[in-house]
Amino acid sequence: MQNNLENDNKSRRKFLDKGLKIGVLAAAGSVALAKVFGYRLDEGAEETVELMSTDGTLMQVLSSQIESVPEKKIDYNPREGFPNRKFVMVVDLAKCRNAKKCQSSCNKNHYITGDNAWIKIYKMQDNEKSAPYWQPTLCQHCDEPPCVKVCPVDATFKRRDGIVLIDNNRCIGCRFCMAACPYSVRIFNWSDPWQGEKAESIPYSPDYSGVPAQKGTVDKCDFCPHMIDKGEMPHCVSACPNDVFSFGDLYEDTVTNGSGQSFQLSKLLKDRAGYRLMENLGTAPSVYYLPPSNRVIDFEEGLDNYTEFKSVEKSEGI
Amino acid sequence: MSTDFDQLVYDLAPRKFSWKGNLWVAILVVIILVGSYSYVQQVRQGLVITDMRDYALWGVYISNFVFFVAISLVGSLITAILRLSGIKWSTPLTRIAEIIAVAAIIMAGVTIIIDMGRPDRMLNLFMHGRLQSPIIWDVIVITTYLVISVLLLYYPLLPDFSILKRHAPESARVRKWYSGLSLNWVGNSEQRRIYSRSIKALSILIIPVAFAIHTVTAWLFETTYRPGWDSTNFGPYFIAGAFVAGAGAVVAVMYVLRKTYRLENYITDFHFNKMGKTLVLLCLIYLYFNINEYLIPTYKSTEEEAVHLQSLFTGQYATLFWTAIIGGLVLPVIILLFPQGRKPLPLFLVSIAVVVGAWWKRYIIVVPTLSHPFLPIQGVPESWRHYSPTWMEWSITFATLAAALLIITLLVRFLPIIPIHETSEERGLVDAAQTK
Ligand code: SF4
Repeated sequence: MQNNLENDNKSRRKFLDKGLKIGVLAAAGSVALAKVFGYRLDEGAEETVELMSTDGTLMQVLSSQIESVPEKKIDYNPREGFPNRKFVMVVDLAKCRNAKKCQSSCNKNHYITGDNAWIKIYKMQDNEKSAPYWQPTLCQHCDEPPCVKVCPVDATFKRRDGIVLIDNNRCIGCRFCMAACPYSVRIFNWSDPWQGEKAESIPYSPDYSGVPAQKGTVDKCDFCPHMIDKGEMPHCVSACPNDVFSFGDLYEDTVTNGSGQSFQLSKLLKDRAGYRLMENLGTAPSVYYLPPSNRVIDFEEGLDNYTEFKSVEKSEGI
Repeated sequence: MSTDFDQLVYDLAPRKFSWKGNLWVAILVVIILVGSYSYVQQVRQGLVITDMRDYALWGVYISNFVFFVAISLVGSLITAILRLSGIKWSTPLTRIAEIIAVAAIIMAGVTIIIDMGRPDRMLNLFMHGRLQSPIIWDVIVITTYLVISVLLLYYPLLPDFSILKRHAPESARVRKWYSGLSLNWVGNSEQRRIYSRSIKALSILIIPVAFAIHTVTAWLFETTYRPGWDSTNFGPYFIAGAFVAGAGAVVAVMYVLRKTYRLENYITDFHFNKMGKTLVLLCLIYLYFNINEYLIPTYKSTEEEAVHLQSLFTGQYATLFWTAIIGGLVLPVIILLFPQGRKPLPLFLVSIAVVVGAWWKRYIIVVPTLSHPFLPIQGVPESWRHYSPTWMEWSITFATLAAALLIITLLVRFLPIIPIHETSEERGLVDAAQTK
């Protein structure tokens, strides 16, 4: 079934189906159905929907067999977020070869014009004897965010769906949040960002960080709510040629990578001994890392791309 | 009797500046104008005119802010703590201390606005302020401290204004001001009762608020995880350091005023001796906190702390660090232990060293920590790894220091630097004009 899915691009599981909120229980029920009757799902005129069961199996189900929860867009509030969602990301360090496609895609799509990329790929080595590895690092969207705690004007805030955002119309530019963030993911617009007409014509919303960016305020990775809203993946996830990133929902216990493969989050973290950065600080990040063991790539390959003193290609929005 | 009183008023009443005073004011104004030019550029172009970047996200503005807060604490030390503990010798120093405190706390507020990326949104602090942020605590305690400090400067001035409205060698217009400001003080027993009660109340009130402003300022750093700031010692450490800086500032200002106004009869060697001893005590307390602050993390040497401490002890910041510790703390203690060192001139020089050392100490506390984040600094321009203030940043910083001095100077121009009323009472002198 998994193969089936990979072959057919169109039927690829829409990451977040706007109209349908699919009950996991209903899905589990349909697994049984599918097993008993063994029917081909594309057959018949009725529309099918792809689902993942609690044990991580993917299947197509007739849409008449699932219960849909009505449209929830109506009272969407950027400070509250998507109801009943809790976004998570998994970064597989065993696959990262410092291709930097995530960074350039993020820079491009957020119209980043300075040297301050929001996603950085660090060359890490925990101690002399252990092997070096590449660590893509973006905002960890902590559940106990130190940045939110210290913001004096509630400009940076935590949403119910787990995303930490910044209201650039309110930020006073004190940079306390930057001092508070142990992951150094926050960047500051030290000067006018000069993003060009295209970015400047987009109406501002905290949902789409940095567009348009404002001088004297803080920006950072926003987990791309503007993409989620369209039912698509964050830019870094879809840009990575090596499927390093998987993005998904903690409540659904599912994450999906850039090629559309889905995994059961809890199983993935268990099997691969997933961990979070600086767990000891109690920040409770929403980003999990899979250790760089049994690597499918060569660390050295990434060295060509490694620029200690330079950020990658900037946005062409200028 | 009345001639003695007249002499006292003549000695202590504010006077017009000589050419030296005017030149001094002119120099300060020029420095402020240069800084204002830079600030206009900063508002136009953004904080990009500074050398701060994403890693060194705070710089000389914030360390200057901490310095001003530190200096302002002296008001509570001299006026409140010494006054409440019944120490009489500090009377001629109280007004100097209060003037310094008011000037410093005003400039602390201004400096923090200068550091903001969006000063135009300052009102958000009041409209959207959230109590869980230490910045909001700072806003609350600093405004409270400013109000109490101004009152503590103003109340003891009431009888002096009343004396000045009759005796000041000023134009009718200035006298009118004095008259208005004296709030009809005539010195009857009812007024005296309210007067001494409110001063006492303010003196008590200002102590916890003073502790609060500097403790909260310490918490701005302490509430983060960063090595060098992640310390439970910071509150008392900052307060101890503040008293050192403030006492140094008082000594420096009182020396200059004594010279220019020929106040040798009022501010005597005895006062310098006493202030010298106070300074030794304060320096020793501060040294004790410094040992706690640096020795224990060095002993443990966790990975992050070790990198940070190495940069202070032997690395990039070593010269500054040791100069501030030895020149601004250890040497002053040694010099001031000798009675010769507590004579006015040597004490003045020591106090300058203490104040300058205190300024750099704040820089050492704020800046180095930021170049040692938990994750490595990679993929950013090389220059972002270091921070050294640009000339525009310096000019703005110097302008704030000059503005503090200008506030002090203007207050000295129009206020009696030594309380006339209190001194006359202590000396048993009566205002003949009033008793008539
Ligand atoms: S810089 Fe902006 S977002 Fe950050 S703490 Fe200050 S006001 Fe809040």
